[in-house]
Amino acid sequence: MNKLLSVKNLNKVYYKNKEETEAIKDISFDLYEGEFISIVGPSGCGKSTLLNILTNMDIQTKGKIEFTKPLKLGYMLQSDSMLSWRKIIENALLGLEIKKKKTKENIEYVKNLFKKYGLEEFINKYPNELSGGMKQRVALIRTLALKPDILILDEPFSKLDYQSRLKVSDDVYKMIKGEGKTALMVTHDLSEAISISDRVIVLSQRPCIIKNIYKIEREKEGTPIENRKDKNFANYYDLIWKDLAYHDI
Amino acid sequence: MTYEHKKYLKKCKREKAIVLVSQILILVIFLSLWEILSKYNVINPFIFSSPSKVILTIYNLFLNYDLIGHILTTLYETLIAFFLGITLSFIIAIILYEFKILNKIIDPYLTMLNSLPKVALGPLIIIIVGASANSIIVMALLINLIVGIMSIYNGFNNIDKDLIKLFKTFNASRLDILFKLTIPASYKTIISSLKLNISMTLIGVIMGEFLVSKSGLGYLIIYGTQVFNLDMVMSGIVILIIISFVLYKMITSIEKKLLK
Repeated sequence: MNKLLSVKNLNKVYYKNKEETEAIKDISFDLYEGEFISIVGPSGCGKSTLLNILTNMDIQTKGKIEFTKPLKLGYMLQSDSMLSWRKIIENALLGLEIKKKKTKENIEYVKNLFKKYGLEEFINKYPNELSGGMKQRVALIRTLALKPDILILDEPFSKLDYQSRLKVSDDVYKMIKGEGKTALMVTHDLSEAISISDRVIVLSQRPCIIKNIYKIEREKEGTPIENRKDKNFANYYDLIWKDLAYHDI
Repeated sequence: MTYEHKKYLKKCKREKAIVLVSQILILVIFLSLWEILSKYNVINPFIFSSPSKVILTIYNLFLNYDLIGHILTTLYETLIAFFLGITLSFIIAIILYEFKILNKIIDPYLTMLNSLPKVALGPLIIIIVGASANSIIVMALLINLIVGIMSIYNGFNNIDKDLIKLFKTFNASRLDILFKLTIPASYKTIISSLKLNISMTLIGVIMGEFLVSKSGLGYLIIYGTQVFNLDMVMSGIVILIIISFVLYKMITSIEKKLLK
């Protein structure tokens, strides 16, 4: 497998008037092509900070991120963030529009994604006519529209109810695999992380360091919902649960 | 249609009818009380006038005092100040929002200006701008601008932070964020600020006409007071009530159409 990027000894300190907060401490990991990595950790531990640094929306205090070649990153946010005054298709084309890449081919590519994942009927609707799960699928298409090499997902399902969460994570997984993308997802849902990813990175509380990295071995690769039935599933759940050691709850 | 459904619709209709009849009744009772009390000298008919006298005076004003001209003057000043006010507050709100540091700097002055009773500036405005319709428009602008700027600015500030983050993930420029997010997202706030703006503008215009004018409804009211023709004053007020009501209703119907 080709290595796409290495995060090396990343540190992030936030400064306020009289105090400094160490958000991230000495984090290093690699990301390989076609891989799906999940990052889990207690809330407020600095997961989002890590993603913001990866996507250039924040700068690290120390350490570096090395890309093996020029790569495009696509960021999918926690909320679907649809612009209510635009039709679904116009929402999906927003990224292309801003990057001034709204060419015929790219529009066709986006329309094909809608077709391929059975969302064609929603193209001319407005966001308030769609369920939360549908909007989250559209949000993924909006991110895919820019043809990113790596997808960065920030708790993409956390605003959905449990039922749609399972269904949407299955679909999103299929879409990401179907388009052959590499993905890095932050979540606080352990079962989600174990069922969807190839590797799970467990972070500690603030200042956040890497506690463990698990390579998830399964008897048979399946969709996230199928993977939940795997015999190793409970095992990993137990291990990660202990890592997170929620003793102060 | 089921019996329950019919019953429900009937109930709605009944409620509507009660509201409408009561509204008309209040108006009729008020007008007849005013007329009767004034006729039998329970209230001073010289000061309080009466509906019949008001109607007669309005007719008289229409024939001999160019009432239509006065109404048009007030309307003209109001509409000019209104549109200028909306445009300027929109532009200023954008500048303040885009250059946050500017907003921080002028904040105390804006607050000071906002708490100052603008009418106190009236005499100064007359001297600077001149005793014309222009100073009335400036007066009205002073009153509607600050409110307009603040409501539009607040609209900008209340935009979902996630949406801004989304635009940033696309590396959007400030202009992109302004035109594709900030302005369309505060469309509703801007439209609803129109209602507040029209009433503020009318206050400013009448105040200005009180201070300096040769025509307009404010002028009519002040003139009536000076010559002790209180029928004229009452008539001016009644026409003003009707005009402001109509303007307000127009704005709300425009608002409804635009927000559909």
